[in-house]
Amino acid sequence: MRRVASSGLALSVTAAFIALVFAALVTVGVLIVTGYPPVQTIEQMVTYGSEPDSVVNTINRATTFFLSAIAVAIGFQMKLFNIGVDGQYRLAAFLAAAAGGSAFVAGLPPGLQQLVIIVVAMLVGGVWAGIAGVLKVTRGVSEVISTIMLNFIGGGVISYLLSPGRLAIREGNNLTTRPIGPDGQVPGIPFPDANFAVYGLIVLAIVVGFLYHAGVRRTRFGFDLRATGLSAPAALASGVDVRRMTVAAMLLSGLVAGLVGIPQLLGDAHRFALDFPVGIGFTGIAIALLGRNNALGIALSALLFAFLTESAQILDLNEIPKEIVTITQAVVVLSVVVVYEVVHRFGVRIQRQAVGRQLATAEGGAAA
Amino acid sequence: MRRNRFVTMAAAVCTAALVTAGAAACGGSESGSSGGGGEKTLKVGLAYDIGGRGDKSFNDSAYAGLQRVEKELNLEIKDLEAKDGETNADKVQRLDLLAKSGYNPIIAVGFVYTEAVTEVSKRHPDVKFGIVDSLVESPNVSSLLFAEHEASYLVGAAAALKSKTDTIGFVGGDHVPLIEKFEAGYMAGAKKVNPDIEVKVKYANEGSDGKGFKDPTSGKTIAQGQIDEGADVIYHASGLTGVGVIEAAAAKKKWAIGVDSDQYLTAPADQKPYVLTSALKRVDTAVFDFVKSVSDGTVKGGPTTFDLKNDGVGYSTANKEAIKDVQARLDELKKQIIDGEIKVPDKP
Repeated sequence: MRRVASSGLALSVTAAFIALVFAALVTVGVLIVTGYPPVQTIEQMVTYGSEPDSVVNTINRATTFFLSAIAVAIGFQMKLFNIGVDGQYRLAAFLAAAAGGSAFVAGLPPGLQQLVIIVVAMLVGGVWAGIAGVLKVTRGVSEVISTIMLNFIGGGVISYLLSPGRLAIREGNNLTTRPIGPDGQVPGIPFPDANFAVYGLIVLAIVVGFLYHAGVRRTRFGFDLRATGLSAPAALASGVDVRRMTVAAMLLSGLVAGLVGIPQLLGDAHRFALDFPVGIGFTGIAIALLGRNNALGIALSALLFAFLTESAQILDLNEIPKEIVTITQAVVVLSVVVVYEVVHRFGVRIQRQAVGRQLATAEGGAAA
Repeated sequence: MRRNRFVTMAAAVCTAALVTAGAAACGGSESGSSGGGGEKTLKVGLAYDIGGRGDKSFNDSAYAGLQRVEKELNLEIKDLEAKDGETNADKVQRLDLLAKSGYNPIIAVGFVYTEAVTEVSKRHPDVKFGIVDSLVESPNVSSLLFAEHEASYLVGAAAALKSKTDTIGFVGGDHVPLIEKFEAGYMAGAKKVNPDIEVKVKYANEGSDGKGFKDPTSGKTIAQGQIDEGADVIYHASGLTGVGVIEAAAAKKKWAIGVDSDQYLTAPADQKPYVLTSALKRVDTAVFDFVKSVSDGTVKGGPTTFDLKNDGVGYSTANKEAIKDVQARLDELKKQIIDGEIKVPDKP
């Protein structure tokens, strides 16, 4: 059994590796066809991407990507497609920022302030995703539809509340929540020679990663989750309450989604304004796929995506369209799905042959 | 097998999302600088907000200024676009990258760069920065501000004068303070010449994520709706979304009013006759003047407001046939604003 599991891991790693090589080849191919020097292009990206500022920004971006992908992966474990991470984290970050900037929270002792902000964010994310879960089990609404619609509704709620006289103040042409005071912020971790600091809440992301891994692999809940994902009727027959699991999975996914904007909010922006980043929820889907729902795989994929996005910045300066990076990212995701399937079938065949051989020798032994 | 289908669908959806994002970002990213020859003393850098070149209004106006810099001042230029889901750190890095690569002056287009310019201008005190639409108080930063409400006032008056149904429309992009400034001026100008006029106001996006500025389809739908409600002149302040507004108005043979750039010049030939005028926001002039002042050595930090008085904003008369009968009245209003007799509101 153990041997089979480890060969499964080996196959996953092989699949990811083949997909990466394939994506690299496609990228190089596109560069050559469009008339850009591939070697110099990659050289530039690596040089720029390894400057201290870029490294810090890559790590920070990977932190938010990671949280977003974990949120998506929790749904994936039982085949729930939470496309709404984007709306969940933005609404969560917005309301958490508004809470953090309020006089009440500013009056709390340091430490408690951060805790309140984080809890608010998780609750908002959880509730927003939970709505989709409840709709699915009570009304049979596909979560794909409901989460997408909740993204729009969330955007509407934000723009309604993010206006002067409600939860925002006007600052030139910008609208922003009241800034979170120094006692509610999370200091960064200094990085040698860099102008930026690594988000202090990277620690939170790491904790979430471990909890996810342990929760899925080592608990009854995680087992039920995966069992329901593999076959809902079978899970039901063995006593799993599938409806409860659906709501729980969406809730958990939303709780983590609520955290996506928080490292940036408490570590850098300290407020939610019109220019708060959007779209991280969708990147999370790609990263969760690439990472095969595995915590370590997702961490590595998040770093890869963050590095590619970061180092693309230099390309424009040198007259190379930075969209080439989008091609690379898309090809990686597509090819990892295809390659994994191929490798998986290959693995199954090898297993069958092995079993066949064992049976054959066993029979042969008995006959002799 | 079901598992495979699920994963495949997931992959397809997110690839589609990536590709859409890429395609949106692609919009006209031809290379910016070219040889040109001759001695080039200054390297001019420019950074856009999300959307970048190809919106036929705001960003393209900045680019037009940059092209003029390249041609008339014979300077090397470089323009960089933003990507989706950016944090402030990304903007800081973009400006920092330009500064480190020897670009001076550097122009940031859009108020979203406020914090980034504040930070990077401190880091590079010898580099001159310009920022459009925002006030940054730093000795080496010139803030390029516009009185959009004044230009909108004039086109509002034009719309009311031209309307036969006493109903006109306004289509905004994202519902943000900057665009409300256009709405407020337009409304005031229209009411000035016709107190009974009805103004239909609709924003393409009640959110603030920039979607309202790149959605021609919804621009078209909104404009058609307003026309169905009786509007016969429609003004838009919605970037690329406005392309749909103009298209819808022209299809029904109603007037459209452009924004930022002179959209009579960029509209397709069959739609041109229906572009009554455009509220000009001369980002191009601002960019050019700023770079010129840097190359002359006459640049000074602090805010510069571009308004009717210094022709930094205005209305276009390119569609002569359409505008000539109301031009006298508009110029009279313009003079009154310049003289301070009319105070144009900048909030609805």
